[in-house]
Amino acid sequence: MKADPKGVLTGIHFMDGNHAACEGALAAGCRFAAGYPITPSTEVVERFAARIPVVGDGVFIQMEDELASSIAIQGAVWAGRKAMTVTSGPGISLMQEHIGLAATYEIPLVFIDVMRGGPSTGLPTLPAQGDIMQVKWGSHGDYEIITLATSSPQECFDLTIKAFNLAELYRCPVFVLLDEVVGHMLEKVVIPEADEIEVQERLWTKKTPEEYWPYDPEYGMIPGMVKAGDGYRIHTTGLTHDHRGYPNLNTKTQYEMVNRMINKIKDNADKIIEYEEDGVEGADIVVIAYGVTTRVAKKAIEDARKKGIKVGLLKLVVVWPMPEKRIREIAKNAKALIVAEGNMGQLVYEVERLAAGNCPTTLVPHPGGGVHKPETIEKAILEAAK
Amino acid sequence: MAKYEIKIGGLGGQGVILSGIIIGRAAAIYDGKYATMTQSFGPEARGSAASSELVIDTEPVGYPYVVNQNILVVMARGAYKEYGPRLVDGGMLLYEKDLVPIDEEDLKRRKIRYFGIPATAFAEELGRRIVLNIVMMGFFAAVAGVVSPESMEKAVLASVPKGTEKLNLSAFQKGLEYGRNLLDNK
Repeated sequence: MKADPKGVLTGIHFMDGNHAACEGALAAGCRFAAGYPITPSTEVVERFAARIPVVGDGVFIQMEDELASSIAIQGAVWAGRKAMTVTSGPGISLMQEHIGLAATYEIPLVFIDVMRGGPSTGLPTLPAQGDIMQVKWGSHGDYEIITLATSSPQECFDLTIKAFNLAELYRCPVFVLLDEVVGHMLEKVVIPEADEIEVQERLWTKKTPEEYWPYDPEYGMIPGMVKAGDGYRIHTTGLTHDHRGYPNLNTKTQYEMVNRMINKIKDNADKIIEYEEDGVEGADIVVIAYGVTTRVAKKAIEDARKKGIKVGLLKLVVVWPMPEKRIREIAKNAKALIVAEGNMGQLVYEVERLAAGNCPTTLVPHPGGGVHKPETIEKAILEAAK
Repeated sequence: MAKYEIKIGGLGGQGVILSGIIIGRAAAIYDGKYATMTQSFGPEARGSAASSELVIDTEPVGYPYVVNQNILVVMARGAYKEYGPRLVDGGMLLYEKDLVPIDEEDLKRRKIRYFGIPATAFAEELGRRIVLNIVMMGFFAAVAGVVSPESMEKAVLASVPKGTEKLNLSAFQKGLEYGRNLLDNK
């Protein structure tokens, strides 16, 4: 379906990434946000709080902490709304238990994470990419999530809409990562007319209350949803549950539940994955990056190409699930892979695993507090080309 | 020149961030260029050091921060002391004349063109000291040659609170005229 015009601020704006992410959420139909505002993410909910009375039919609640925020949004979804919370690395750390719960409830949710330097309270106003693993692996047990990484305010708008759509399609937590510098960076943001924005409606059940069970697969592996007040009697729980949503604490139910929760993402990975390539075909060296680092890498690649090096860029738009097949192929044809990321080495190990010894993988780390210097990445390219 | 790398520095409350937004909006929306603005600010709302950075190009901006700072706009002495030495040779300095004492010898040696305006005094004449940054933007429009004055004026109107357009337009005009006269007499 098309976006509701009430939530779409059509026009050409000069806007920062945080505000653009908020506009993306509103355009996607998000009408409930709960948050415990934290630098450098505060502007997202600040704008949501200001805009939602104008957009109408929605609520923002400033909660007492991250735990409350990450559970309030789950209540809102069971009440039929599209919902999000907004935080930074320290907040994601605190929300992990509820992220696991959301994955187990299988409810569509968006977490916007404006990343700052860590560990701990770290660098509140400065960028880093240290959350790339904690969004994937932070909660205990086995589950799957989807993660998108933004590199510009326009992407903050576009990819937040995509995040809401993916959350609805796959009934799982979806993370939108903004580097602090992207959140606080202003650029031109084009917001189209509402009828040009595709919005995924909730996968409501087509069954009657009598025949409905909350975890019966209905759309492929995905169960249909209901909302409170529609006359469906449902039970859900964080405990291992069967198709009825009742606890059933045995290996068989665990096997079925966990497998379906994981396979609904893994088996649809090709539909979820999104990446951009620049000169990867025929390149000797391929730089793999996400978020703001892709912008720095582009400059490094331009400079290295002037020196005759055949180097390409693989920009991960969707980071989780990873484009595993594509990285395997690239590793077979390239002489070396370079992973540049705003941490001391996180995604590099995944890339190294996928390269599987076909070519060496070099890490260009950055502890956060700034972004790489293009020269640093260029140096690694020149070194790898030797 | 295709690429401008601009630093704007001052104190929190002087409108340093809004100035960056106005220039960026003028370039990106009304002048059809690419503009990327980044900002840094201290924890205090007023009185701490504040700065914004803009990269304006005819091509999409990759690396978002200023590397070759070729234009510096300063509204406070501290900002001049901190960012002045980073101006590239042959660059341009715009400064608040009454608040920023400059080192002319140094600027001449580095072939930096420099233009001062008593923006705060002009703003006070207009009745509101708060519009000093808009006076500065008028001055920037006249002198810097980065964005057309027409686009700058549109960007000012699109960036200031409703009901303050007249005051801000007067401030912009004041800076613009002062800048044009200064260029004519140089």
